[in-house]
Amino acid sequence: MDLFEYQARDLFAKHGVPVLDGDVIETPEAARAIAERFGGRAVVKAQVKVGGRGKAGGVKLAADPADAVAKAEAILGMDIKGHTVHKVMLAQTADIKDEYYVSFLLDRTNRTFLAMASVEGGVEIEVVAEQNPEALAKIPVDANEGCTPEKAAEIVAAAKFPAEVADQVAEVLQKLWTVFIKEDALLVEVNPLIKSGDGKIIALDGKVSLDENAEFRQPEHEALEDKAAANPLEAAAKAKGLNYVKLDGQVGIIGNGAGLVMSTLDVVAYAGENHGGVKPANFLDIGGGASAEVMANGLEIILGDPDVKSVFVNVFGGITACDAVANGIVQALALLESKGENVTKPLVVRLDGNNAELGRKILDDANHPLVQRVDTMDGAADRAAELANK
Amino acid sequence: MAIFLTKDSKVIVQGMTGAEGMKHTRRMLASGTQIVGGVNPRKAGTTVDVDGTEIPVFGSVAEAMEKTGADVSVLFVPPAFTKAAVVEAIDAEIGLAVVITEGVPVHDTAAFWAYAGAKGNKTRIIGPNCPGLISPGQSNAGIIPADITSSGKIGLVSKSGTLTYQLMYELRDIGFSSAVGIGGDPVIGTTHIDALKAFQEDPDTEIIVMIGEIGGDAEERAAAFIAEHVTKPVVGYVAGFTAPEGKTMGHAGAIVSGSSGTAQAKKEALEAAGVKVGKTPSETARLAREIIAAQA
Repeated sequence: MDLFEYQARDLFAKHGVPVLDGDVIETPEAARAIAERFGGRAVVKAQVKVGGRGKAGGVKLAADPADAVAKAEAILGMDIKGHTVHKVMLAQTADIKDEYYVSFLLDRTNRTFLAMASVEGGVEIEVVAEQNPEALAKIPVDANEGCTPEKAAEIVAAAKFPAEVADQVAEVLQKLWTVFIKEDALLVEVNPLIKSGDGKIIALDGKVSLDENAEFRQPEHEALEDKAAANPLEAAAKAKGLNYVKLDGQVGIIGNGAGLVMSTLDVVAYAGENHGGVKPANFLDIGGGASAEVMANGLEIILGDPDVKSVFVNVFGGITACDAVANGIVQALALLESKGENVTKPLVVRLDGNNAELGRKILDDANHPLVQRVDTMDGAADRAAELANK
Repeated sequence: MAIFLTKDSKVIVQGMTGAEGMKHTRRMLASGTQIVGGVNPRKAGTTVDVDGTEIPVFGSVAEAMEKTGADVSVLFVPPAFTKAAVVEAIDAEIGLAVVITEGVPVHDTAAFWAYAGAKGNKTRIIGPNCPGLISPGQSNAGIIPADITSSGKIGLVSKSGTLTYQLMYELRDIGFSSAVGIGGDPVIGTTHIDALKAFQEDPDTEIIVMIGEIGGDAEERAAAFIAEHVTKPVVGYVAGFTAPEGKTMGHAGAIVSGSSGTAQAKKEALEAAGVKVGKTPSETARLAREIIAAQA
């Protein structure tokens, strides 16, 4: 889960990383009191989870409280690369002498953590990495040893921070590491980390991404979710404990196992090339169990998607027995119909593996007018795509 | 022969007495695996009756190894306790730890992986978030159904459980030396490369099927390894061509970040290394059949 800048700032402050005073608002008028608190001047920053907001006009300097209201009004509601601005952060202005970059992240390739640091901050770090790679120091950090004072000093030296800020930057690195560990982050990034006119090191802007697998021990993280931005179908699926991602096609997909479902999306997209370019409408992994209830929940979400024209249920019975899945489908349809749901979209079902014959027979016997059975994954994908193109 | 797991493997189960642990211990036993014990400090000294087989419960992995000669542990431990359980297995220096658990925080996996390295990598770790591995007809350590296929000459390595089952099913008449599910998390123990290396050295394996998915660069690095070190034919499949950028697709590691981790890049890297890559699981199976037919 990626956080907004203001949320990252809050986490930095919580763990002692030096930040400027700031506050997030959703209405322009609220900017006035905050700017007054700052002594008049303020930076008004769009809160969007996408880079390049400065260039897009999403960051403005306000000269006084009235100007802060005007600037907030201009920025709220802006569209930045497809992201609507619903919140702006007002921050104290800073006297910037130098701009640096520091981050800790998961290095998947090397299966370790990595510190990155550069004295060329304030620009997109990908640009520095590409155009001037020797200006970006990359130092592995052992997950069990962590960012010790020695490690912090090593990072500072590798990135060639000036001597007068070396100790301060090393201290910030250790505090940032605390954020990384204590918050179960996948990324903590400060860009720019600035040296102010009076020689202080301050985190001016930051990015944090959190590990959703750690939610069981991070009860405060749930409140950081941007529920307003979530797709309503995704939110409804999440509330039912379903692993669902909305896509922009017409063929609803239900399958078991993340890999098989991803593969199903691809196979449907290929099949769609012969059927008017129809595409998968969603990712939905119902997991190993595939009980009638889970199937009903999944079907309810997918049939509730107005973009969906047909549904492809693709199950390989490994531990799950296909007869249980078939019963789940039959019961789910009955359940939805009894709830008054308007079930009118055709379902193509492919069952293979454990008890497939039995499962297929259950579907045949039920003889539901909307259910069609196709025995191969490629054939079923083709049929579902064809039905979605009608 | 098979890789990592043979008929002689003596398997213990950490978390055996939980619901999932019990269910799969039963399945592993039924498929002929030598299950020699379970580990649960609170139930140490007791035995558990699994369909008529008395399985002793030990207080620690070390004790289980000492009393039974166990060399493989399969872990069905909840995410909050997985790190401690894997660390215990590493401390006991068991040869193989198969971590089935899904939902382990990546900080915990990174920590036990670093710990295994600091201890000299005496324990091979498979997973987490994986179905485990099976050497059909010999042993089954995890949750892969044992009745899909039997022993044969195909070696399979995959990030995905159900795609493993799908390919095993499609090629069930030919059979498999071993099928290894390495898991879909961003950090995993055994990689595609580790399995490819072992299959290359395994005399029973004549062709390798490798299944990848979006996220990270494991498939690209595997492609480079194949070009350099693998002389046996490799057939590949990559899932997730239609996955949008920035969305996690079920597996914690299955995410395209910016332009990195795409299925297209993985397919191209594998093809450049001479791997035939199928567009669908069925086409992948067909490509494997063609190669096997040409070998005969």
